Amino acid sequence: MIRVVLPAHLKMLAKVSGEVELEVAGTTSPASVIDALETRFPVLLGTIRDPATQQRRKFVRFYACGTDLSLEPIDTALPEDVQRGRAPFFVVGAMAGG
Amino acid sequence: MSGVRVLVGTRKGAFVLRADGARKNWDVTGPFFGGWEVFHVKGSPVDPDRIFASQSTSWFGQLIQRSDDGGLTWEPVGNQFLYDGVPGTHQWYDGTPHPWEFARVWHLEPSLSDPDTVLAGVEDAALFRSVDGGMSWSELSGLRGHDTGSAWQPGAGGMCLHTIIVSPKDPRRIFVAISSAGAFRSDDEGTTWRPINHGLHSEGLPDEYAEVGHCVHRIALHPSNPDVLYMQKHWDVMRSDDAGDSWSEVSGNLPSDFGFAIDVHAHEPETVYVVPITSDSEHFPPEGKLRVYRSRSGGNEWEPLTKGLPQGHCYVDVLRDAMAVDTLDDCGVYFGTTGGQVYASANSGDSWAPIVRDLPAVLSVEVQTLA
Repeated sequence: MIRVVLPAHLKMLAKVSGEVELEVAGTTSPASVIDALETRFPVLLGTIRDPATQQRRKFVRFYACGTDLSLEPIDTALPEDVQRGRAPFFVVGAMAGG
Repeated sequence: MSGVRVLVGTRKGAFVLRADGARKNWDVTGPFFGGWEVFHVKGSPVDPDRIFASQSTSWFGQLIQRSDDGGLTWEPVGNQFLYDGVPGTHQWYDGTPHPWEFARVWHLEPSLSDPDTVLAGVEDAALFRSVDGGMSWSELSGLRGHDTGSAWQPGAGGMCLHTIIVSPKDPRRIFVAISSAGAFRSDDEGTTWRPINHGLHSEGLPDEYAEVGHCVHRIALHPSNPDVLYMQKHWDVMRSDDAGDSWSEVSGNLPSDFGFAIDVHAHEPETVYVVPITSDSEHFPPEGKLRVYRSRSGGNEWEPLTKGLPQGHCYVDVLRDAMAVDTLDDCGVYFGTTGGQVYASANSGDSWAPIVRDLPAVLSVEVQTLA
């Protein structure tokens, strides 16, 4: 089981609170986690990846186990702690202020 | 009893304002989609309880929301706006080719005859249509594929298709406007298009009377006479009496002919409203006085409407989609400001009062007249 933490706006869209728990088939990567998220919550389709390019949106980041995974290829395997459910996979909206 | 429902899109969500026909006491609900930009909210003329809203952020992209109960509840529908075929390029700000990239939906135009059909104007400029209540979208790519498409350039606000008007007398005829490509017309339901910019003059263009490249801000018409178009261009208020084949300037005695919003009285086809803005570098009213100007002669002769509007120290803007009229016997006129006020007049603009004062910056105002 994979644990996913969504940013507030996407939690509201998906109508969830707290972490989302997902079963992910095959290699667990950001791409496969997002595939599973979009299958379970179709409203998230296009909110994390651009629908035309399937690439991470520029103001969305992926973190896990204290590491920024955003710039890794999107099909890179996630850390073992994430794959075993010991640590969550974070989808983060880039901070903006000023 | 008759009433009105005002649909307001803002930088931080949507709001629905309701009143009976007297239009004095208002019920305000929202924000819906709080924290998201809502560029446009518009109801179906066929089924007023069906309302579409464009919800987006730079973070999480575009959603389309639909209500089937007059704005009480909402459900997301389709948000896949994929350009037809290989998108190709338009011109970037520096004149180099730039791939067409979808950014957001600026304007939603529900069909005049079918509640499941709605058009969407998007950035980068293109026109999409849904025939299943917004669940899926397909591009009317004849517009973007026009011979001039590769030469279109964005304005400072992006290359947006912001105006869509389907002729009330001929559903095959569609008008659109793009900043800053200009105005276009289709006479075959959006399959083929031609620029309708003859008579527009834009200083700063290499050819000031070019076929395309004009920064049209908005177009409006009266349903009884859809060959007469009124345009607020970047600079200049324009009029066409031949469905856009030619244009003439009707700025007349306006204190500034720069502005964004323009609309037509519900019962008087020659009565037009604009909100003059100082200039393209000063997006606020001249002299800090918020004035709607009304022409009862189809342009050229304008009178300021000031009663109830701030006449000092007012530095808000009124954006292109932020003015609308109702169709009650005494026509109501509404507009929203970037300062978060929504003003209403229940007497054709003679006097005004704010419905709300402190919303986020208002991006769009539409009104539904309810039986």
